[in-house]
Amino acid sequence: MSETGGGGESRPGGTDEQRVPDGRNSQSDLNLIGSRLRKVDGFAKASGKARYADDIALPGMLHARIVRSPHPHARIVSIDSSRAEALDGVRGVVTGRDMPHTYGVIPWTPDEHPLCVDRVRYIGDGVAAVAAVDEDTAIEAAGLIEVEYEELPAYLDPRKALEATGGEDSPYIHEPRKAGWNGNITKKVHLDFGEVHALMEASDVVVEGAYFFEGTTHAPIEPHCAIGLWEPDGREAGGLSSGGGLTFPLEPGMGGQPGKHEGGVPSSHGRLTVWSSTQVPHYLHRELARVLELDPARVRVIQPPVGGAFGGKSEPFDLEFCVAALAMKTGRPVKILYTREEVFYAHRGRHPFHMRYRTGATKDGKLQSVDAQVLLDGGAYASFGLVTTYYSGQLLTAPYTMPAYRFDSVRAYTNKPACGPKRGHGSVQPRFAFEVQLDKLAEKLEMDPVGLRRSNAMGGNTRTVNELRVTSNGFVECLEAVERASGWKERWRRLPFGRGLGVAGSCYISGTNYPVYPNDMPQSAVQIQIDRSGRVAVFSGASEIGQGTDSMVAYVAAEELGVPLDYVRVFAGDTDFTPVDLGAYSSRVTFMLGNACIDAARTLKRKVQDAVAGEWGCKPREVLLAGGWALFAPDTARKLPIREAFQLAEAMFGTLGATGWYNTPKDIHGSYRGGTIGSSPAYSFTAHVAEVDVDVETGFVEVKRIWIAHDCGRALNPVLVEGQMEGSAYMGFAEALMEEQIFKSAEQGREGLHNAPSLLDYRIPTSLDTPELESLIVESLDPEGPYGAKEAGEGPLHPSIPAIANAIHDAVGIRMDALPFSPPRVWRRINEARAEGKLKKPTAPGRPIEEEVHESVS
Amino acid sequence: MGATNRIVDLNVNGDRRIAGVPTHYTLLETLRYVLGLTGSKQGCDKGDCGACTVLVDGVATLSCIMPVWEAEGAEVVTVEGLARESGPHPVQDEFDLNGAAQCGFCTPGILCSAVGLLERNPAPSREEIKEALSGNLCRCTGYTKIYNAVEAAAERIRTGSADGAGRR
Ligand code: FES
Ligand code: FES
Repeated sequence: MSETGGGGESRPGGTDEQRVPDGRNSQSDLNLIGSRLRKVDGFAKASGKARYADDIALPGMLHARIVRSPHPHARIVSIDSSRAEALDGVRGVVTGRDMPHTYGVIPWTPDEHPLCVDRVRYIGDGVAAVAAVDEDTAIEAAGLIEVEYEELPAYLDPRKALEATGGEDSPYIHEPRKAGWNGNITKKVHLDFGEVHALMEASDVVVEGAYFFEGTTHAPIEPHCAIGLWEPDGREAGGLSSGGGLTFPLEPGMGGQPGKHEGGVPSSHGRLTVWSSTQVPHYLHRELARVLELDPARVRVIQPPVGGAFGGKSEPFDLEFCVAALAMKTGRPVKILYTREEVFYAHRGRHPFHMRYRTGATKDGKLQSVDAQVLLDGGAYASFGLVTTYYSGQLLTAPYTMPAYRFDSVRAYTNKPACGPKRGHGSVQPRFAFEVQLDKLAEKLEMDPVGLRRSNAMGGNTRTVNELRVTSNGFVECLEAVERASGWKERWRRLPFGRGLGVAGSCYISGTNYPVYPNDMPQSAVQIQIDRSGRVAVFSGASEIGQGTDSMVAYVAAEELGVPLDYVRVFAGDTDFTPVDLGAYSSRVTFMLGNACIDAARTLKRKVQDAVAGEWGCKPREVLLAGGWALFAPDTARKLPIREAFQLAEAMFGTLGATGWYNTPKDIHGSYRGGTIGSSPAYSFTAHVAEVDVDVETGFVEVKRIWIAHDCGRALNPVLVEGQMEGSAYMGFAEALMEEQIFKSAEQGREGLHNAPSLLDYRIPTSLDTPELESLIVESLDPEGPYGAKEAGEGPLHPSIPAIANAIHDAVGIRMDALPFSPPRVWRRINEARAEGKLKKPTAPGRPIEEEVHESVS
Repeated sequence: MGATNRIVDLNVNGDRRIAGVPTHYTLLETLRYVLGLTGSKQGCDKGDCGACTVLVDGVATLSCIMPVWEAEGAEVVTVEGLARESGPHPVQDEFDLNGAAQCGFCTPGILCSAVGLLERNPAPSREEIKEALSGNLCRCTGYTKIYNAVEAAAERIRTGSADGAGRR
């Protein structure tokens, strides 16, 4: 369990200055919330003390390696590990047959095995794992495991995958779930709202375009790492079990047979602990228990600080099952640390999208009808793909009023690493296409694209065309903030040729109303215990992955209980100690965990107020808790150190602890099949303006600056909100200009081989590449968010990409409809435009620019 | 297995450390897996990411591609050695104050690059900071808060102003 405290001797700054308020001022009742605060783990991270998964070493720990497929698609004929097992220092081998259950983070599409059983589906798919006394031996042993394959035709292009027939020469990547289905389709969604056809026909202008969004990956700087520890049950070791010793069914044919349990209790006794750099300890816990046939009460998942995730660690991976199985088999702790190359194979990154959009509007720029077709290139497994397919359409219906909308999305399997959720899951790609469509529409109508967006803004307290409930909405304020900050009115269309500004907007969920597996239990929970020392211990189920979750609960607890921040200890990321939270994904944590923490803290606060009121003979609500004191509201000169207030409460009520939880409202989704997907308790809104410089000789685009305005409801700590906004805009910029997860074709020699599985060749931006990023926080105070807060971690990524595309158009008049806007691609478009005489500054609406600039350079 | 070992005699954070290591070990492997100094991180193990940056005789160095014996006779400073007796190094404190460490995995390396920069250039421009940190990838922050932290620390060191105590 990782513990992060707001204080401790190593912490600089000592106790936070105890701001004693003169009664809480009415304009804001908040003492800490909204201030620029340190993170509770900030100093641990700035001193090398934070212990990530690979920093953990257990006595007797073995190291393991996974053997991976060299073929994009093949049958496994045989696996011979005898030479590896004979190698000095090798302690155990597992293969797919040892773990025959399938798993999948979405319960309806369990299509993966921890290690492949009879088929590999991409170059890098795991087939066996070997544990040895050290890493060098494990690597050597992995090379001695002989796997015989029978190669199958591979599909790298989703359009080709859809043409497969399932015959001998055209096999499906997965067996169809129902006879007659195409086994290369994960999911198809067709949803239709309003009079799409009629309104399109009646539109004064219709813009049509084809777009391509290339796949990208998360590339967290920390590679995935997991450690497994198996502790056989003492009782069992005493001889109660049939075979004695470890009973994990690792022999082929014995394992994973459902029904071998009696009375619903799995037969394997003992305790499994897995440390993992995961962002979903709860889902990992569930899947470990299910796949390894263990009683969930005997499984513990510990999530140490995670070195970046971005959606790339939000489901179980082969290494977690392998360390568990190898620990059970060898009786020793086992660690696997992915190589950087393996991180690229694990992937679950942004799906490549092939998109077509038609957008119709009236002549004064009112959106009428939107019609979309999307083909998602899913890679080898489903991952979150069912949800991605819905998100590809469902999340587009705000922030603009859209009278009619239809989308048709298909996710195809291909023989590449599986795609999944990357920051802005499933909605970054359509947002790119849609916001470029809007720019084209504005141009056709000779309108200012900021004005066009403003005039279509849907406002708050409304429902979208697909029935999503939208409450707080600061979109127009966001647009106006970036319009002002960028000098839009004076500079758009007026910068010299080669320089341009572009705008885009977006909307994103703050968590999903429905959990990944259907259940009615809370989505997030917190337990708080306080004692006579004044110390507040918060047990949080949520996953700190760098976004500041542990700090957020500490701020909330300190705010509610009136203690200095460094009196709060946060214990998180350990399924044995903390209540369940579903994980760090879909921008759910601040909203849900924040509310859960308020719930728990207020239960305790009431007890403290009651006890102090009893002492003072006043009303409980006249007792304020703030800044390390209990204060008498009518006269704050009367006060008691918070520690003494806690002592009064402990004397009155006994030991002080409380749980708090949050669950989503369940009555706010669409009344159609699929209408629950995309529904969220609150939506965040964002607008960006990007400024670019385009070199027409080289096709090189330099993004000078991005102005980011984001409606996060309320910034609980503006430093962290800005950090999320900047990190998001950076990541969007990176996808716009630099990143592509691509694979070699058959003509290039190794069909399906990752083109560049390293941080040198898969280019992520350095400090020299990254533009200046300017954060502008907008607060709409959401009625249901904690203190009004909504998400900030994913929404602010979306507009970066279309804003840059639109800025390139403003700079030199070309449209970039395919990502990334890399020099070769841009240069080709420039040359096409030059040949057509269209390489010039676009005309400003209503005020033609005389200088009709063209190439200023020779 | 099969690896031959050698004895290395190192000076790390002012401590003399003598250790037996496999001959092929890098400085990073020695720090992390032999000396227990896990502050320096491994993000790629091949010189691409900068997470393993340490100071070798004051120069920011990628410890994942430095054979450990090359560090013999040099003064090695890792993130664990940056703090001063009086408290954290101003760069560390400013990272904390400015939210410059999100996941924190790039942070130890970036801190070493930044300290190396400030030691040779106490008043770097933003461009010089970008240049000095260009070998350290950060995937979380977009770098903005990192620049702010380095600038604030430079200012604090130059003016000898009090540390960040009392500031939240
Ligand atoms: S670990 Fe990536 S450069 Fe050293
Ligand atoms: S803070 Fe996460 S990589 Fe820099």
